[in-house]
Amino acid sequence: MSLLSASGIDYSIERIPILEAIDFQIEPGELVGLIGPNGAGKSSLLRLLTGIEAPDHGNIQLNGQPLADISPQQRARILGYLVQGAQAYWPFNVEKVVGLGRIPYQKWWRQSSVEDQLKIEQAMQVTETLAYRNRIVTTLSGGEQTLVMLARIFATENQLILADEPVAALDPYHQLHVMEILRQHASGRRAAVVVLHDLSLAARFCDRLYLLSHGKLDCYGAVTEVLTGENIARVYGVDSQIECNEKGVSVTPLKRISEHHP
Amino acid sequence: MNLKAVDARLLNAVLLIALLLVLALVVNVGAVDIDLGKALDDAWHHRTSIESLIFFDIRLPRALLAALVGATLGLAGAALQGLLRNPLAEPGIIGVSNGAALGAVIVFYYGLAGFAWFVLPLAGLLGALLAVLFIFLLVGQSRSIITLILAGVAINAIGGALIALALNFAASPYAMQEILFWLLGSVANRSFREVQIALPFMLLGWGMMLYCGRFLNALTLGEDTAKSLGFDVVRLRLVLILGVAASVGAAVSVTGNIGFIGLVVPHLVRPFVAYEPRRLLFASALVGAILLLLADVAVQSLSATTEMKLGVITSLVGAPFFLLLILKSRSTLQ
Repeated sequence: MSLLSASGIDYSIERIPILEAIDFQIEPGELVGLIGPNGAGKSSLLRLLTGIEAPDHGNIQLNGQPLADISPQQRARILGYLVQGAQAYWPFNVEKVVGLGRIPYQKWWRQSSVEDQLKIEQAMQVTETLAYRNRIVTTLSGGEQTLVMLARIFATENQLILADEPVAALDPYHQLHVMEILRQHASGRRAAVVVLHDLSLAARFCDRLYLLSHGKLDCYGAVTEVLTGENIARVYGVDSQIECNEKGVSVTPLKRISEHHP
Repeated sequence: MNLKAVDARLLNAVLLIALLLVLALVVNVGAVDIDLGKALDDAWHHRTSIESLIFFDIRLPRALLAALVGATLGLAGAALQGLLRNPLAEPGIIGVSNGAALGAVIVFYYGLAGFAWFVLPLAGLLGALLAVLFIFLLVGQSRSIITLILAGVAINAIGGALIALALNFAASPYAMQEILFWLLGSVANRSFREVQIALPFMLLGWGMMLYCGRFLNALTLGEDTAKSLGFDVVRLRLVLILGVAASVGAAVSVTGNIGFIGLVVPHLVRPFVAYEPRRLLFASALVGAILLLLADVAVQSLSATTEMKLGVITSLVGAPFFLLLILKSRSTLQ
């Protein structure tokens, strides 16, 4: 049984179609990449899969149950959503931000428990954020902030993490760090979906890729099936050099094919 | 500001004790000196005396009302600032204060206040609820917080315009003065009946706002993250705003507009609760109560012939103080 599956998804915002006839599924242990040009609908699809937005048509199932039938609290325990460029509005310290990940387990009148504290410690350990636990999150660098936001998700112990461009605007060290953490998470009964623009990173870390174009699924499958020169030229409108060797696949965009974004 | 956050229970305990001390101080202050012991003793033995009358009919309701209204304004300010994630938010921003004030002004204008003691507070509450109703009609299905703020500003302006209209066409200078004085905000000359009519709505509103505490914490990471953490953002926003409307509407309808408490108090308290919106709620209620009680003491001790209105002193002190706070905290608030 798939961990999360979607079929025939249509979605529009104020009558403008955003996604059409999307099928998607992810199995336990997988790290799946969502790729595609800007405006292809990657973020929208991720929001639908997270359950914070509902599709116009089609159905989404989580562990064999319709996503819409699962209570928000139960859903929040299973699915963790990392928004693009996640930020804290108030100057919280790191530990407090990570602690927000325990909300799905807490009643509104309760203070946090010993178990909560334990999970917070573990989450900071996994993401290597213990060193700045008392720092104010808004004063951290972009890379450090992303790790803290990931720690918040790890504190919830989600089965499935859905991350929207977690490595955008990060330096190579932090890009690799975030991807390694997600890769590590996606094992056993756990999995992760990640929206990426860096095709080489996608090739390197993901088990399978879904390539979106203009709100439609262009193709999906194993990395080498999706990341072909032909596919990239058609969807992204660029010529690229694709190298496969023992260190993995790397994609280097070379030049635009036409004056217009496809 | 670089203040150390204080343990939650300790902070609340200290504030609660401070509130009780201030309450005890406040009932000792008044136009005449009375023997409180005698007042309590007379009341206990069901004897009517000047002392017991002054204590139970004048000072106690006045102090209680100041505390309740202060708590309401502090709590509502903290709740709205958390919801809108905007440190400039206050109960007035969603139009509730002016809605309630307009309801009361209409009563004054048509001279309806004399019919029954509850006409005035009831009209205020009705005005507050109407304001909120209009806001939700304006906002409709829109999810944006900006639409909400703009709708609030519009409702506020309409309320203000209608109040100005009433003042313009007031039947007599006396009626005009009555409206103006009421608008300035005061807890003087109130009785237990005002406490009675306001209290249920305040308690209801407090409960609704406190219920949203954890949601406000989650909102620190934005609405989408709050949704993904299992919160029904649209429903909880409604709960919170109705809570503000019920409690602030009740407060304004018995005391008039008292400014700056709702705006300033959360700023004062925030560093002590590590900027956590949930903890800010209860602490702001206590500090709001304390500050308004102290302001009312100041009003009573400063006054010579004409008593200064409570709303005047809170604005006089609150506005410059707020400016100072902004200058001091602009680095932490970006």
